[in-house]
Amino acid sequence: MMRTENISKFYDEKAVVEGVSVDIPKGKITSFIGSNGAGKSTLLSVMSRLIKQSGGKVYLEGTPVTDIEDSELAKRVSILKQSSHINIRLTVRELVSFGRFPYSGGRLTQEDEDIVSRAIGYMDLMESENNYIDTLSGGQRQRAFIAMIIAQDTDYVLLDEPLNNLDMKHSVQIMKTLRRLTDELGKTVVLVIHDINFASCYSDYIAALKDGKLAGFGTVEQMIESGILKDIFGMDFDVREMNGSRICLYYT
Amino acid sequence: MKFIFLLVAVIFLGCWSLFIGYTEISVSDIFTMSDRQSLVMVASRIPRLAAVIIAGASMSICGVIMQQMSHNRFVSPTTAGTMDAAALGIMLSMLIFPDGGTYQRLSVSLGVTLLASAVFMTMAERIKFKNLVFVPLLGIIFGNILDSVTTFIGLQFNVVHSMASWLHGDFSSVMQGRYEIMYVSIPLLAAAYIYADRFTLMGMGKSFAVNLGMNYNTMFRLGLVIVSCVTAVIVLTVGMIPFVGLIVPNIVSMLYGDNLRKTLPLTALSGAAFLLVCDILGRTLMAPYEISVSVMVGIIGGAIFLYLILGRRVNAG
Repeated sequence: MMRTENISKFYDEKAVVEGVSVDIPKGKITSFIGSNGAGKSTLLSVMSRLIKQSGGKVYLEGTPVTDIEDSELAKRVSILKQSSHINIRLTVRELVSFGRFPYSGGRLTQEDEDIVSRAIGYMDLMESENNYIDTLSGGQRQRAFIAMIIAQDTDYVLLDEPLNNLDMKHSVQIMKTLRRLTDELGKTVVLVIHDINFASCYSDYIAALKDGKLAGFGTVEQMIESGILKDIFGMDFDVREMNGSRICLYYT
Repeated sequence: MKFIFLLVAVIFLGCWSLFIGYTEISVSDIFTMSDRQSLVMVASRIPRLAAVIIAGASMSICGVIMQQMSHNRFVSPTTAGTMDAAALGIMLSMLIFPDGGTYQRLSVSLGVTLLASAVFMTMAERIKFKNLVFVPLLGIIFGNILDSVTTFIGLQFNVVHSMASWLHGDFSSVMQGRYEIMYVSIPLLAAAYIYADRFTLMGMGKSFAVNLGMNYNTMFRLGLVIVSCVTAVIVLTVGMIPFVGLIVPNIVSMLYGDNLRKTLPLTALSGAAFLLVCDILGRTLMAPYEISVSVMVGIIGGAIFLYLILGRRVNAG
């Protein structure tokens, strides 16, 4: 289990995240939802040590993450930020191989090579493994980054808006992969997501943030409910049950 | 394969450069050299060859490291004020230690270079507007400010002229006994190669590097030290050589990607080969006179740089 205890983050005097305590259940998908500027990405960055919090603590299986060595933590928690601006020329295989960096520091063993191959196969990138990532489409590139995270083989996988700039088909593909990561490999996935229906259809738990504070946490059934959503987003939602999933209609 | 090809090219160009110059030495003379010929060979031609190779390789590697650190393809010792800082350092050292030796010059120059590159790189990391052209533009402005300071101090102490000739990139004054400090670069380049993977990761951005458990700040400092030492040593011994650190890494990246473990040796060899070609051309075009290497590099490199900006897919970012 990963837990945050009273996390706050201030920029100058302004609180972006304020007093957030949440327990992330192990082996499940948890989605952070909320409006722009609600503090979702900041909270995720604090959890993954990319940003240092102003107050509070993050615990990984009961140990404060600050007590865990950087190289050790990289084997247990991975974070993928939005990556549209990356302009480095690496092949897919080279990129995925970097996922093994925490284990072998760049000199890959045969076992590492096998793990890399499996990760590439898992994301269905075998055919383009020798292509440069800057020549791939947005969907393929995002899959390549996720393959790297899979090769990194951490129990906890944190993703900041993994569906950003992806079309519907690729979004579904990515979400199905995340589902497989939890169901087949037992990973704990935490993601920041804007599309409420993707959150509803593929998550186990939802954590909602509003103005930097935790506005609610619970299962999809508890959270995807028109009253709660109205509180969080300040707009009306028509929530319907369709094919066993809850779908929110809010377009008109 | 590419490595072997480049290695052969560098060896070939290197051997060729040994046999051109005012004193006639032909390949068949190798075993029957007169005293005069062997003196020229040992005291001038071989040191010159070594200096060209080291300068070419190390300026290119410096360029790569700076480009990874700043996430910008157009940042290099020329476009980030690093060379101007080394020059300012040399000027200050001439004033502080008028009779100082190489090591005193080097240490003052190194101090100034380190400070200036730390300032610029931190600036490049902090600014919000990370435009492909804006960051090097900022670097050029920064370099020009440093250059103005150098000129201003030079004017006050009447040393502008000797500074100008000193700083003009030129291999004709490389002699046995006056260039050996350049070998300092070699262990630094070796360090760059040992940490090649970390520099690649650095180029992928801070969040990537931290995610994979790398200590970003430590590597950033190591990068600064390598770049500053190498640049200070080169400017001190042969003067400012523009463009090498800019175009060679870009061409290598275009052809072979950015996985530095794989490409750093290619970058080093390409840099050496490029500078050798410029040096040989400079020595032969107007023989027995010589066109200095910085002029040759400026002409050839400038043309290639224009082509890179205007012509092709330099990956924006």
